[in-house]
Amino acid sequence: MKRLLFLLSSAIILVQCTPSSTDESVNDTSTVNNDQNNAVTLSGQEAVQDDESAKNILQVAAASPDHTTLAAAVQAAGLTTVLANNGPLTVFAPTNAAFDALPEGTVAELLKPENKSKLAEIITFHAAPGTYDVPALKDGQSLFVATGHNIKVEIKDDGTYVHGAKILGTVPATNGIVHVVDQVLLPQ
Amino acid sequence: MKTLKIFAVALAATVLISSCGDSGQSNNKKSNSGALNNSSAAEAVYVAPGEHDEFYEFFSGGFSGQVSVVGLPSGRLFRRIPVFSVDAEKGYGFDEESKAMLQTSHGFVPWDDSHHPKLSQTNGEIDGRWLFINGNNTPRLARIDLTTFETAEILEIPNSAGNHSSPYLTMNTEYLVAGTRFSVPIPQKDVSINTYKENFHGALSFISVDPEHGDMDIAFQIVMPGFDYDLASSGKGPSHGWTFFTTYNTEKGNTMKEATASQNDKDFIAAINWKKAEEYVAAGKFEEWDCSYAHNKVDEKTHIASTEMRNKVKVLKAADCPGMIYFLPTPKSPHGVDVNTTGEYIIGCGKLNADLTVHSFEKMLAAIAAEDYETIVDGIPVLKYESVVDGVVKSGGLGPLHTEFDGRGNAYTSFFISSEVVKWKLGTYEVLDRVPCYYSIGHLSIPGGGSMKPWGKYLVAMNKITKDRYLPTGPELAHSAQLFDISGDKMKLLLDFPTDGEPHYAQGCPAELIKPNSKKFFKLSENEHPYAIMSEEDARVERDGNQVHVYMSCIRSHFAPDNIEGIKVGDQVYFHVTNLEQDWDTPHGFAMMGANTSELLIMPGVTKTLYWEPKEEGVIPFYCTDFCSALHQEMQGYARVSAKGSSTELKWWLGED
Repeated sequence: MKRLLFLLSSAIILVQCTPSSTDESVNDTSTVNNDQNNAVTLSGQEAVQDDESAKNILQVAAASPDHTTLAAAVQAAGLTTVLANNGPLTVFAPTNAAFDALPEGTVAELLKPENKSKLAEIITFHAAPGTYDVPALKDGQSLFVATGHNIKVEIKDDGTYVHGAKILGTVPATNGIVHVVDQVLLPQ
Repeated sequence: MKTLKIFAVALAATVLISSCGDSGQSNNKKSNSGALNNSSAAEAVYVAPGEHDEFYEFFSGGFSGQVSVVGLPSGRLFRRIPVFSVDAEKGYGFDEESKAMLQTSHGFVPWDDSHHPKLSQTNGEIDGRWLFINGNNTPRLARIDLTTFETAEILEIPNSAGNHSSPYLTMNTEYLVAGTRFSVPIPQKDVSINTYKENFHGALSFISVDPEHGDMDIAFQIVMPGFDYDLASSGKGPSHGWTFFTTYNTEKGNTMKEATASQNDKDFIAAINWKKAEEYVAAGKFEEWDCSYAHNKVDEKTHIASTEMRNKVKVLKAADCPGMIYFLPTPKSPHGVDVNTTGEYIIGCGKLNADLTVHSFEKMLAAIAAEDYETIVDGIPVLKYESVVDGVVKSGGLGPLHTEFDGRGNAYTSFFISSEVVKWKLGTYEVLDRVPCYYSIGHLSIPGGGSMKPWGKYLVAMNKITKDRYLPTGPELAHSAQLFDISGDKMKLLLDFPTDGEPHYAQGCPAELIKPNSKKFFKLSENEHPYAIMSEEDARVERDGNQVHVYMSCIRSHFAPDNIEGIKVGDQVYFHVTNLEQDWDTPHGFAMMGANTSELLIMPGVTKTLYWEPKEEGVIPFYCTDFCSALHQEMQGYARVSAKGSSTELKWWLGED
């Protein structure tokens, strides 16, 4: 947890130091770079320039070096507005390692434009309307996620699990909460 | 009466002339003379979606008592700032934190009549820090913080009545001024109104402004003859150190003033040498008079307003302070007085006149040096008209009121009776252009107006009469404003737009002077409200006798606690609600069914308090009123009310079954 927060905060500093630039010729866009140079191009509410407010879920994800795959997937799935809007949402955020653990080629395949809706379904499966901090997650609880499914919460000796994935750490966001998880959650 | 008759004849003649000239227009009002064709006018005021206006323009609300914030050139309304009147929408004057803002020596006064917004200046230029505005009815001055767009301070003005010639600040915001429209007995006493001439006086107040924090304080008052002090303008450049007030009713009439106050051919512009006044104060030449007035201020750390009653004021008497005041004779009950951008010309608008009177500051100083007096009135020298007047603008209009400047040597004067703006040249006094207003203009405004650096691109006319200009809304119609392009030789009408209340003056400036400083939210860590809580863990309910204090928090999308029991009929319940959000544009509201007050509207990082006296047993719901999130409708809770003396335990929770 400590390490994650450290990584997050260093990434945030990097983001703030990087002058936002407008690429191509699109109006109302800005580019947020993390230290992996994984550019996320934004437009609309998520492009609002605001260095003072605490981070929203999208900014938390975009600033984390452990979540570059998720950030790219959110962008490819067209879900940036959802994660920057007022929420409230609880997002289970798989690490890069979690995506890497998927069968080889899965991520590359999902990121293809023709698979946008499938990718969006998978990402949306990681978001529960409402703000559920760890104490609010109870053993055996059935948690409604934005795809319409319900996922199971389990409290084990070594921590809290959702849909079989372990919560590694938690980052509050202005529009909800981000739980970092060690697996990609997949609808069954 | 003779004068009035002549005036009436002149008026009728003018009406005839102008109706001849207008005959072509009456059939097709859309082709207003002076207007650009529709598409180019539309292009000139079009601000594309997501783009920002070039100027902020702050309109007084007149009888709304408030200020509205509008963008130019679009005319779009962004915000109404509550100042002198309660505003249930924002809880202003209703929540426990803001009630003190409306305290006066007369008690809680929930309304006023706001007239002349003036932006703070440094070196004669708008600096975008504060907006000051006068309350006309129960004399007050307010300061609005332009980082928060909230009223930060209100100061009552004692010994005054009808704070109209105000604030008209000096070029480094050293002073705001407050001249009384009504002369009254000072101090107030029970006398016959018919003793006006011996018992009534007018006070001109100079209010200092702390250069760092903006705090207002009455530096001194000058007790003047019992005239009506109408409007003011402070000097700048060479005339810095002087403030000019128009007077009417130099006849000292006390009834049927529309006739009695119009007898004299000339009234006065009172020129006050406030630097001289400062010297007299420093030399101890003042009297300290007892009085009572309220100073209300919001604490920046707690966001709680408090009232301090003050009871002394330093008074200078005109007759005791030679060299401090001179009268400049000015025809026909002058209304507006406006000093131009260079500080040399003092323009008086005799409101019953056709012409404008332009005095020269340089000539005024020469006349003072030469003691070129016409007479002395109540110990105050009246300078010879011929010695101080520099020129007269033969306007061709009727009923001049106010003048603004474009910084290019041109002046623009509003004419109420002939319903037009006349553009004329300073120094030569020739009329250059005129445009009709729809209808009956009062004040006019060029951004930066009144300062040494106006932005002479647009002019806003604030009209008193609307009639058929908009879709009708019953007998009461929105007052209309009209935007003119004044960048060229000829004024071009661009846009009509409705306004809030009845704007008198408005003042604006480039958005860049204010926009970068606009606060996004308040830092929770800096919230020192005594009932603030920093997290949900601190949420609780405490009972002290029959007082119940609920330490509540709110964040998307719940209140903590949201279930409360143990409140009893007859309790005095205070809901202290802290908004824990630290994000831009995330206020929450709080409303309690049956509470005899308004909602709370709580900005991020702030604590606001709603007072509630439960009268009956039951379970009473409360909820968030400001659509905050997807689960806004879930943002609600209950307070259980038990009988007086019942044994229901005081308890509270959130999210427990």
